[in-house]
Amino acid sequence: MTGIIRYGAGNIFSLTAALERLGIPYGMINTKEDFEKFDRYIIPGVGHAGAAMHKLEQTGLVPTIKALNKPTLGICVGMQLLTSYSEEGDSNLLGIFPIKTLKFKDSSTYKVPHTGWNQVFPEKENPLFQNIPSGSHFYFVHSYFIEYDKAYTLLSATYSNEFSASIWHDNFYGVQFHPEKSGVYGETLLTNFSKL
Amino acid sequence: MPRYARNDALIKSMLAKRIIPCLDVKDGRTVKGVNFVDLRDAGDPVELAWNYSRQGADELVFLDITATVERRKTMVELVKSVARQINIPFTIGGGINEIADADALLNAGADKISINSAAVRNPALIDELAKAFGAQFVVIAVDTRSIGDKNIVHLNGGRLPTERETLEWILEAESRGAGEILLTSMDHDGTKNGFDNGLLKIVNDAVHIPVIASGGAGAVQHFVDVFEKTNVDAALAASVFHYGEILIPDLKAVLKSNNIEVRI
Repeated sequence: MTGIIRYGAGNIFSLTAALERLGIPYGMINTKEDFEKFDRYIIPGVGHAGAAMHKLEQTGLVPTIKALNKPTLGICVGMQLLTSYSEEGDSNLLGIFPIKTLKFKDSSTYKVPHTGWNQVFPEKENPLFQNIPSGSHFYFVHSYFIEYDKAYTLLSATYSNEFSASIWHDNFYGVQFHPEKSGVYGETLLTNFSKL
Repeated sequence: MPRYARNDALIKSMLAKRIIPCLDVKDGRTVKGVNFVDLRDAGDPVELAWNYSRQGADELVFLDITATVERRKTMVELVKSVARQINIPFTIGGGINEIADADALLNAGADKISINSAAVRNPALIDELAKAFGAQFVVIAVDTRSIGDKNIVHLNGGRLPTERETLEWILEAESRGAGEILLTSMDHDGTKNGFDNGLLKIVNDAVHIPVIASGGAGAVQHFVDVFEKTNVDAALAASVFHYGEILIPDLKAVLKSNNIEVRI
C-alpha cells in the first residue's frame, strides 16, 4: 500500500483520484508511526519550495524521511524537496540528492512557468518508466527546475535549458511533471511505481 | 522563436502547442449542442470531457454560466466529478469573485481558475489569488473588441465596453501575478474566419506568460495560422469541436505535418 506524506503543501485531490481510478490502494501519513503501515511513499507538493520545506520541518518527519529505505516518489515540489537546495526562497532542502533546484530564466520565447506538455527522454533503464516510450509527453507546471546531473538524472527534458524531468538514487525517485495529469502515460507511471 | 530551435542539434525537445476544447456548463449540464456519435449523454460535461481527453485534447476549459445562488456548490460538484474521471489538466471559470471561491475549486481538484470581470473590477484580486495559490493557478480571461483603432477590454460576453485598453490591461494582469492569459477576440468569435492573429501576436510578443488564443476557429488551417503567425502557446475552440467539424486527432496530424510541435 502507498502512503502519501501529508504536510500541508498543496492539494492532493487529483493525485488520490488518479490512484483510485487505477485501483492503487493508498493511505495518509501524518506521524512517524504511520510509515510502518506502508510499503512505498509519495511526497506530493505544489507551491513554494522554501515554504513547503518549512511545513515539512514542522511535522517532525524529516529525519524519518531521510532514513526511508522503501520506494519513495517525490512529485513536482515534492521532488525538489529531495535536492539539497532551491533558489526559491534561498532554501536548504532534504539533501537526499546532492544537486540543486534553480530558476528558469524567463523570456517571451521561454515563458515561465514552464507550462504544458513536454517530451521526456530516459537517461537510464528503470522499471518506473516501463511501457512508456522515449519522447513521451508529460504535463509540467513549474518555474524552478532540478539541474541535469549525469549521476542522478533518470529522465531529461529541455526547455530554455536541459533539466531533470526525473531523478533516481537508490530507493528515492522524483518526477517534476504531474503524472496524475499526464494522460495515459502518467497513469502508467503511477502503476509502475505501485509495483516497485 | 522556439519552432526554429529544432534546427539546433542541442535542443531535442520542445513544449507542445496545446489544443483546448471549451465547454459551457449551466446547472451542471453542458449547454451548447454537441454532436458526438458515441456519446450516451451529450449534456454530461464529465462524459464529454472524458471523450475529449481520449481524442487527445491537451487541456479543458469549463465555463460555468450558472446564475443561481447555488452557483459555487454546483461548480465545486462539477470540478470534483471532472477531477475524479479525467487525466489531463483543466481550468474552471465563470463568476469567481473572491479567494473563497478559488479555494473551494482548488480543493475540489481544479488545476487553474479563470477570472474575467472580477479582475477588471478589482485588479488587486489577481495579486491576492497569485499570492494565495501561485501564479500557475490564475488564468486571466480577457474579452476584447476593437473600437475605432483601439482594442478595448469588454465585460458581459463582449457587450459592455470598459475604459481599459487590452494590451495595457494584460500587462497589468501579468505584473500582478497572472500565470496565463486567455484572450478572446469578440470581433472574431463566432465568425469561423480564423483567430485574431494581429492582436494575438502583439500580446504574445509583449508578455512572458503563456497565451491561449480564442475566438474565430472555423477550420484546421486557422490553428496552423495562429501558431505559425503568433507563436501563442495554445488555441481554444468550442463549436468546431462540439459539432465534430474538426476532430482533434486530424487537427494534430495537420499541425505536426506543418512542423508544429504537438502531443500525439
